[in-house]
Amino acid sequence: MATRLSWLLALSVLALPLSGCEKKKDTGSGASADAKTQAVKAPEVKPADVKPTDTKTAADTILIGEVGSLTGSEAAFGISTRNGIELALEEVNAAGGVKGKKVEVRVYDDMSKPEEAASAATRLITQDKVLAILGEVASSNSLAMAPKAQEAKVPMISPSSTNEKVTAVGDYIFRTCFIDPFQGSVMAKYAKEELKFTKVAILTDTKSAYSDGLTQVFKKRFAELGGTIVAVEAYGKGDTDFRAQLTNLKKVKPEGLYVPGYYQDVALIAEQAKELGLKTTMMGGDGWDSAKLFELGGAAVEGAYVSNHYAADDPSPKVQDFIKRYSAKFGAVPDSLAALGYDAANMLVEAMKRSDELSGPKLRDAIAQTKDFQGVAGTITLDENRNPVKPAVVLKVDGGKFKYVATVAP
Amino acid sequence: MYKFLQHVINGLSAGTIYALVALGYTMVYGVLKLINFAHGDVMMVGVYVGYAVAFLLGRETATTVPGALLVFAVAMSACAALGFLIERFAYRPLREKPRLTSLITAIGISFALSYGFQLDWAVQDWTILPGAAARRFPQIIEPKEWLVLGDSDVIIWNWQVISFGVAVGLMTLLQLLVFKTKFGKAMRAVSHDHRVAGLLGIPVDRVIAGTFMLGSALAAGAGILYAVKDKSVQPLMGMFVGLKAFVAAVIGGIGNLPGAVVGALLLGLCEEFVVGYTASSWRDAVAFGFLIAVLLVRPAGLFGKFQPEKV
Repeated sequence: MATRLSWLLALSVLALPLSGCEKKKDTGSGASADAKTQAVKAPEVKPADVKPTDTKTAADTILIGEVGSLTGSEAAFGISTRNGIELALEEVNAAGGVKGKKVEVRVYDDMSKPEEAASAATRLITQDKVLAILGEVASSNSLAMAPKAQEAKVPMISPSSTNEKVTAVGDYIFRTCFIDPFQGSVMAKYAKEELKFTKVAILTDTKSAYSDGLTQVFKKRFAELGGTIVAVEAYGKGDTDFRAQLTNLKKVKPEGLYVPGYYQDVALIAEQAKELGLKTTMMGGDGWDSAKLFELGGAAVEGAYVSNHYAADDPSPKVQDFIKRYSAKFGAVPDSLAALGYDAANMLVEAMKRSDELSGPKLRDAIAQTKDFQGVAGTITLDENRNPVKPAVVLKVDGGKFKYVATVAP
Repeated sequence: MYKFLQHVINGLSAGTIYALVALGYTMVYGVLKLINFAHGDVMMVGVYVGYAVAFLLGRETATTVPGALLVFAVAMSACAALGFLIERFAYRPLREKPRLTSLITAIGISFALSYGFQLDWAVQDWTILPGAAARRFPQIIEPKEWLVLGDSDVIIWNWQVISFGVAVGLMTLLQLLVFKTKFGKAMRAVSHDHRVAGLLGIPVDRVIAGTFMLGSALAAGAGILYAVKDKSVQPLMGMFVGLKAFVAAVIGGIGNLPGAVVGALLLGLCEEFVVGYTASSWRDAVAFGFLIAVLLVRPAGLFGKFQPEKV
């Protein structure tokens, strides 16, 4: 009996630092699509910075939270965003942190589900007592989190949720990207005036607030400009068979097909459209932006147009410098989600530096006063609705890459 | 007219996949009276194995006929082994326990597989290991148009024909196996009453393990054809197809092999017409409504025999 007890004791002593180590790695680097990260990261976990995870906020650190889709259907978005935030905070901490304190981020995975996002936000607020929250990418998920943050007076910055309603939840909710009405009208204008389309069909995701928002605006704007929407078909996120809708669309022969969905569905839609012999030019929004689009969609997505936040082939030194640092660390070219994640983290840090006290309400005021913040995905000045005013770019899929074609100012 | 025809083809193509998955479901149920909720996820594992094999073979080799057959063979054997392990370590110890226990265990295995495969397994450049994000499945069957009607108004692809042929062929083979072979006779005996079958000298454990391995191998084959159809693979792919296949099996009369195939094709067509002629949001509601309607009229499914409980 005695020996068994001592074994148990020995085991639990061994397990303690191990579990701490696990947690640390999870918040720091976690699941990464690219394998190289792990190899680069591994030596950095020194025993010295492994602290027990239950220290909520040690005196010398500021804890912020992040909710992201690290698994599930939008995993590529969540992982890119997390990488962007990780890079930003690493640079901030290397430069001395904020008010002499290091900024630490605790990341929770919401499996790309709104209900999980809401509970992750609650957990960050009530258990981890974070100062601010970064996330989510998908508007539906941000909309699930925002009321929790608003209620608890914890500032929340969504890096890339473009649905209008997200920041309308309350005065503690911010974002670093443009909003759907703008994005939808950019594409409608481009389709009508540059691509000279008159007959366009729409395939929309009825389960996503993002897709619905873009569809409404595109429909209205395109009709205003004198074009005709010949058909609107719908699908639900997570579907894998779109052949029924595409068969119907084939009948109306649209010049352009607007698919404001997310990359995984879009890639399958493009493939199946090609398979069914539907000849049209596809158009979309920033939901397309992932290297996964080209892997999954292959040749079927070639020639498509999307509106987006930033172009990786933008020659400006700020962008190119960011791309260099990012690819050195993660071995991949950052997509706009990574850029916006980076911007969101830096905007938050900049506000923390300006804020005279690190509390929810004070920090909120500081973020609200953000003016001419130089992000990699454009300069941000927040308007009275806590949305940035900044231009969009139109990109074309060419040779398995996004190529910059135009900038459209608000 | 062309539009209608294309809808029919799309529906049959989707139904074919449900049919292949439903065959495994219904066979395991027939023998064990256990609804193996992990079946769809075993299918997903099979697709990942097939993906890895195709990846290792390289683009040129995987598209040749022997290459494609190798992909199927390895995936199916791997899943047979997985099916054996699941049966041996998860279901066999619970065989004499109330049926609900096994059912919950099956759901547990389903979640363990589908979420386990989302973990970050990527080590160095080993991209053949699973991960959360969807991957493109290599085209192991080079797509060719099999039949084109009108001004490419209706297109039937070779892989659609192959899948359909495989589904019908497998159904026939399984039917033969169950009714014409000694193993089939043993399966039917175990299904009838495994205790009495054991007393009569039938190796019950071996028969059940064999059924599981066969069912899981079928799932892997179905999964690869599914991945060929949708050209992608991701860890959650099994859950939904599994559920639909289960519905199909129940519509056809669970435990009945031709019933599973007919039920699956009906379900595929029903879904396609709902999306094609009404709205996509109605699809699942109508599919499950169809199930309820069938069960109200024929409680044992279209082909099932209704066996009243004798008191």
